[in-house]
Amino acid sequence: MSEFIQNSAYFGLTLTFITFGIGNLAKKKFRNPLANPNIISIALIIIFLVSFDIDYDTYNKSAQYLSFLLTPATICLAIPLYEQLELLKKNFAAIMIGIFSGVIASGVSILLLAIAFNLDQALYITLLPKSVTTAIGIAVSEELGGYPALTVVSIMIAGLLGNVFSEVACNLFRIKEPIARGVGIGTASHAMGTAKAMEIGEVEGAMSGLSIAVAGVMTVAVASIFAQFMF
Amino acid sequence: MKYLKQFGIILAISFIGEILNNVVPLPIPASIYGIVIMFTCLCTGVIKLSSVKETGKFLVDIMPIMFVPPSVALMDSWGIIKPIWFAFLFISFITTFIVMGVGGWSAQLVIRAGRKKEARRVSEGGAE
Repeated sequence: MSEFIQNSAYFGLTLTFITFGIGNLAKKKFRNPLANPNIISIALIIIFLVSFDIDYDTYNKSAQYLSFLLTPATICLAIPLYEQLELLKKNFAAIMIGIFSGVIASGVSILLLAIAFNLDQALYITLLPKSVTTAIGIAVSEELGGYPALTVVSIMIAGLLGNVFSEVACNLFRIKEPIARGVGIGTASHAMGTAKAMEIGEVEGAMSGLSIAVAGVMTVAVASIFAQFMF
Repeated sequence: MKYLKQFGIILAISFIGEILNNVVPLPIPASIYGIVIMFTCLCTGVIKLSSVKETGKFLVDIMPIMFVPPSVALMDSWGIIKPIWFAFLFISFITTFIVMGVGGWSAQLVIRAGRKKEARRVSEGGAE
């Protein structure tokens, strides 16, 4: 049995799809941001693998084909960006300055906190791309020498917080312009924040979606500069 | 055939991104080169939206499940996170709101400054 699983071409893939399906059902049933398909799927897979004493490499042997699609899928983020070209052109300065300030604020605050908590270089780099979309975050973390799996966790936290608290936070910060709200939410909380922004309003949703791609590209540059700053 | 062509284009751009990642001595992932190439090609009309749309939307749609396998690697990194879990959570938490506040607030500042300028121009124009 275990030898069969070791060599199986579909075990990891099937496990991923089944647990993700369970996560989707839970999301529909509970309508709670914590009932997130990714979180549920990841937790169930880890519990399954640990209890049957299967190691990560065995799982990833077939599951890696999903990660293989990550680069082509990320490239396709250019398509929604292109579809919002008009909105982007009309508010170009505000959007770019907003996203750039957010990306810089992310780098500076993570650097200061990493020093305050005395984190080592690899952990600091792991956190640097935590506000961008997972595909880009994993790639940046890998490229600069962080722990991609931990980057994913911090990205999930950022997304979850944006999904739950972004409206409250924008009110608290007195951000009232729909475009500015979208920029703030998308820059801080990527796709999970954007889902919430779409509920708040159409402009907020579109701007947030646009900010995912732009902030992602800017973060690649800013993170690789900030990665040099520590030690 | 439509999907074959669309997927072919997307894969070709991925491959070009991979080449650039290998040749250019900068820590820029292949996917970022790819986004820029795809966006530029769409804007200049080199690639028509209809040549990538359906497959592109499909890939973006199913993207969340692609994050699962790399996240499961967390089971092997437990040793790293254990001693610093509090700092890790705290930094992830606080910086999210800092980024949201600074990003949104700066964008709002620019929008309102632009609007003020516009209003001044209109009122000056009216006085003439």
